[in-house]
Amino acid sequence: MDLTNEKIIEMYKTMKRIREFETNASRLFAEGSIPGFVHLYLGEEAVATGVCATLNNDDFITSTHRGHGHIIAKGGDTKYMMAELFGKETGYCKGKGGSMHIADATKGILGANGIVGAGQNIAVGAGLSAKYRKSGQVCACFFGDGSTNQGTFHESINLASIWKLPVVFVCENNLYGISMSQARHQAIQDVADRAVAYNIPGIVVDGNDVFAVYEAVVEAVARARSGQGPTLIECKTYRHKGHFEGDPTTYRASEEVQEWMAKDPLPRIVAYLLDNDIVTEEELKKIDDEIVKEIADAIKFAEDSPVPSLESIVQDIYTDIVEEVR
Amino acid sequence: MKTMSMMEAIREAMNKRMREDENVLLFGEDVGAFGGCFGVSAGMFDEFGPERVLDTPISEGVIIGTAVGSAATGLRPIAELMFIDFVTVGADQLVNQAAKMRYMFGGKINLPMVVRLPLGAGISAAAQHSQSLEAWLAHIPGLKVVYPSTPADAYGLMLQSIDDENPVIFLEHKILYGASGEVDENMKPIEFGIADIKREGSDVTIVATGKMVHEVLAAAEKLAEEGIEAEILDPRTLFPFDKETLLKSIEKTNKVIIVTEENKRGSYASEIAAVIAEDGFDFLDAPVVRLCAMNTPVPFSPVLEQYYVPSAEEIVTAVKKMF
Repeated sequence: MDLTNEKIIEMYKTMKRIREFETNASRLFAEGSIPGFVHLYLGEEAVATGVCATLNNDDFITSTHRGHGHIIAKGGDTKYMMAELFGKETGYCKGKGGSMHIADATKGILGANGIVGAGQNIAVGAGLSAKYRKSGQVCACFFGDGSTNQGTFHESINLASIWKLPVVFVCENNLYGISMSQARHQAIQDVADRAVAYNIPGIVVDGNDVFAVYEAVVEAVARARSGQGPTLIECKTYRHKGHFEGDPTTYRASEEVQEWMAKDPLPRIVAYLLDNDIVTEEELKKIDDEIVKEIADAIKFAEDSPVPSLESIVQDIYTDIVEEVR
Repeated sequence: MKTMSMMEAIREAMNKRMREDENVLLFGEDVGAFGGCFGVSAGMFDEFGPERVLDTPISEGVIIGTAVGSAATGLRPIAELMFIDFVTVGADQLVNQAAKMRYMFGGKINLPMVVRLPLGAGISAAAQHSQSLEAWLAHIPGLKVVYPSTPADAYGLMLQSIDDENPVIFLEHKILYGASGEVDENMKPIEFGIADIKREGSDVTIVATGKMVHEVLAAAEKLAEEGIEAEILDPRTLFPFDKETLLKSIEKTNKVIIVTEENKRGSYASEIAAVIAEDGFDFLDAPVVRLCAMNTPVPFSPVLEQYYVPSAEEIVTAVKKMF
């Protein structure tokens, strides 16, 4: 693996940033500061981090309802993210989108998405755009195992494969589509098997090993940029929490949860950093402290920000039409 | 000025913009060398090549999704679905994605995209290939809905649709593809939200869209023979909708009938009637009348299909009843 220590530390910071953001989001949701639905990325940090570490700032991603991790990994600003979760005017979407709809076009983030599988089709459009403009950009398309039973999965990979579009399809197989286990929602164990149907590579990786994800995606991105088309990468992972905050998760056996908690990607990368003398305990603490402060500042920013003006309700629908407020 | 069919007008407007802007692309089922299901894109593949006129698999969801994703990342796509009826298959990408992205993202992503949807009855294509679903689409904030009735309007409105920074639904009545008219190829794009008075009159306002504009024009000639001068108003765009021109006409005529090819229940004609009831009630000397298709699926047999759609004779009868 040709990763510099600097890059490895960056990857750790991203994972830690996601962990800290999500842990606080969980608490703030429970306390009532965050309205609506919140779907947390806790436990899946290695996937977004490993994927986005292979991308450039102008590469694209499409995300899901469980999108906070993707957005942080692609460079999203936690301050504007947190303000959006709070429904504040200073949020990424001026409080109009919330947790499930954060986007940042300046960083190629084409949006989290509340419709399961919808981002797959949008990713194909971004791929067509990159290919047509010969920009060299790629689009990493994140989705869960649950979405691989949607028509969008088939339609999008089929089209991307015949047009050889620069899209990397990243399946985060966390073993559940809401409450339905993979064994109940599809008759295969590896989503990657479905790549055969599109005559593209299908690769299974340990989604809790950030370096394994990185290596697989580096290859897929190179393939995409060189005009050879899409790859389907399945990252086996697990969400530490339920589908949404408040989900009692009665559908998961505690043995299974324990088994996966032992595979938590965060302690794994920490061990790697220390065992390989990439950082000292002291340096690690300093990094952690900085991230804890960043998220605390983001929360403060969100708390101190104004709510949207009522007049803003009719703005931003069209570029040029603003209907009257009722 | 040049005489063109509606189909040629749509094609020539697309050609014009594709020649001017390399970021304009056309894709859909069989739009390439085949020339499109109805022949609208005939010759475009030869001129612009397979990179800009792309055949897609029969996958309506990803056709619209590709428009969304490419519009969000620098292109100005035109997507064609063969029939408006298939919009049900790709509805998520239109309703939940295209229409909502700009708003959900706080105005930070624009989607300059056009979705072309052939619609309407008249070719015995039966219930899944003949509907008029404009009310569904006009209902959704975030979409603009364009519905031309003449080649000149189609040309100018298509130019504007491609130029627009927002998702535009461009409705093409298949029976009108062959309708011919004069088109000024140097015309400016037609601004959305400006109705066109297709015939001036003082006795009754008839609002009509698409193919019904032509039925209504035929009816107006018959009505004139009986001393009733109808003013015919074609909104041309359902959203944005030109309320001012409509109300001005009704202020003059004091009577209004709305003629569309939709199922009457929940139709856009109903929306227009509601607008008149709210803002034009004082102008009215008679109740607002809606004359629409029946509340049935579109039937197959020509005799039934003809009966399903309002005819010029029915329009004449309905208007005369108002006096």
